[in-house]
Amino acid sequence: MLRLLSFALFLVIWWIAALLVGGAKLPSPPAVLQVMVAEASSGALFLHLGATLARVALAFILAMSLGSAIGYLMGRVKLADRLGDPWLILLLNLPALVVIVLAYIWAGLTEAAAIAAIAINKLPTAIVTLREGTRALDRSLDEMASVFAMPRWRAFRHVVLPQLAPYIAASARSGLSLVWKIVLVAELLGRPNGVGFEIGIAFQLFDTPRLLAYSLTFAAVVLVIETLLVQPFEARANRWRPRAA
Amino acid sequence: MRLEVDITGKTFRSAAGGTHEVLAPVKFALQSGEVGVLIGPSGCGKSTMLRIILGLDHDFAGRIARPPEARIGMVFQEPRLLPWRSVEQNVRLAAPDVTEAKLSELFRILELEAHRSHFPGELSLGLARRVALARAFAVEPDLLVLDEPLASLDDALAGRLRDEIATLVASRPVMTLLVTHSLDDAVRLGDRLFFLSPRPARIVAEVPIGIPRDRRGDAEIAAIKTGLAQRIHGDRTERDVS
Repeated sequence: MLRLLSFALFLVIWWIAALLVGGAKLPSPPAVLQVMVAEASSGALFLHLGATLARVALAFILAMSLGSAIGYLMGRVKLADRLGDPWLILLLNLPALVVIVLAYIWAGLTEAAAIAAIAINKLPTAIVTLREGTRALDRSLDEMASVFAMPRWRAFRHVVLPQLAPYIAASARSGLSLVWKIVLVAELLGRPNGVGFEIGIAFQLFDTPRLLAYSLTFAAVVLVIETLLVQPFEARANRWRPRAA
Repeated sequence: MRLEVDITGKTFRSAAGGTHEVLAPVKFALQSGEVGVLIGPSGCGKSTMLRIILGLDHDFAGRIARPPEARIGMVFQEPRLLPWRSVEQNVRLAAPDVTEAKLSELFRILELEAHRSHFPGELSLGLARRVALARAFAVEPDLLVLDEPLASLDDALAGRLRDEIATLVASRPVMTLLVTHSLDDAVRLGDRLFFLSPRPARIVAEVPIGIPRDRRGDAEIAAIKTGLAQRIHGDRTERDVS
């Protein structure tokens, strides 16, 4: 209820601002909605949204699984940490744009280049978060598992993974928001479809309603995924914690 | 089965760079069906010794011989339960082969029936300790290691659990190593008592108790304790003289 009220407030502010600055710079909510409906009925909206979502999903899964594995390794093995750390610092501080442009130059304007570039941008933060999580693992529970001769996989699943779950959730959440931002840049620079491509077109034509129609639909999709996927996962991972009063 | 402990020394390097001797040479052996009790002042190195015996610490001089197939049941000083698994899951994860009948019996004896599906965060320390005991018993161990298992329990419950430990030890050929501060627990449960010196720990006295556990009444226990007190007192006078 409070969320709805908050959303309504956003619409009201937008509408008032639109009236103040004029429709060319900031179109009113109904004008944007009109474009949304038109794009949706032609099918273009879903096509571009679908392309973007597919890229996000692939890059996100790639970066999360690779980043988690590397982060866990670096947290556990000192040698891996020392070898990987300089690379990690380099990757962390490399601007997204540089990675994307280089990927397009080296691998051509291909789908693989776009997805790899997005994944590489997300990779280091996943590694850092999971490395921290691994370093924070409770050694006394490892000892317990070892004394009771738990097989490796059972110990990993029941002793290690639940301790990493909050870190994985945090990394997924921050990573998803990072990927959302970068995917549009990658599309703008080198893909013939997707929300980023459409926004590029709208920018060239100064078509603000179209720009807002695409970006707001995109934001809505992000919001839905956040509430339906990320938050339930977090709730499940934390269900054993006593509830805060 | 037989556990042989022959530690010739254990030192550790402190953050400041100095080396500290934690364990002096310690040597003893334990047979199946025997309960060995380690009694010593706090911080004397008992926990370090247990970690070495359990194979958690390999950085020591000496030798530990225990059959590689020996199943270990351990009750740590803190319960060390998995907070994200229920009481029942905690026991089953350590003892996957435990039968439902055996599990029910353990939970009944330890009065945990009502808490099967609770998470450890919802239990008092006393209850969590009982879960840790259930877990150690459920694996049907060949080597049972108890690190102050009855601390922070009320006298009545501690007494009952002590009886349960005695029953378990009698029912199976298990080697038991008990660490305790309580002379009462030691005398009621132990077959051989090892008195440890302050750090670096060494065995200052090894006292066998001849009377079988089930025939130790209050009178016998009082007599053993008096004997021990005299002995400890005697040691002191000896040391004073020298």
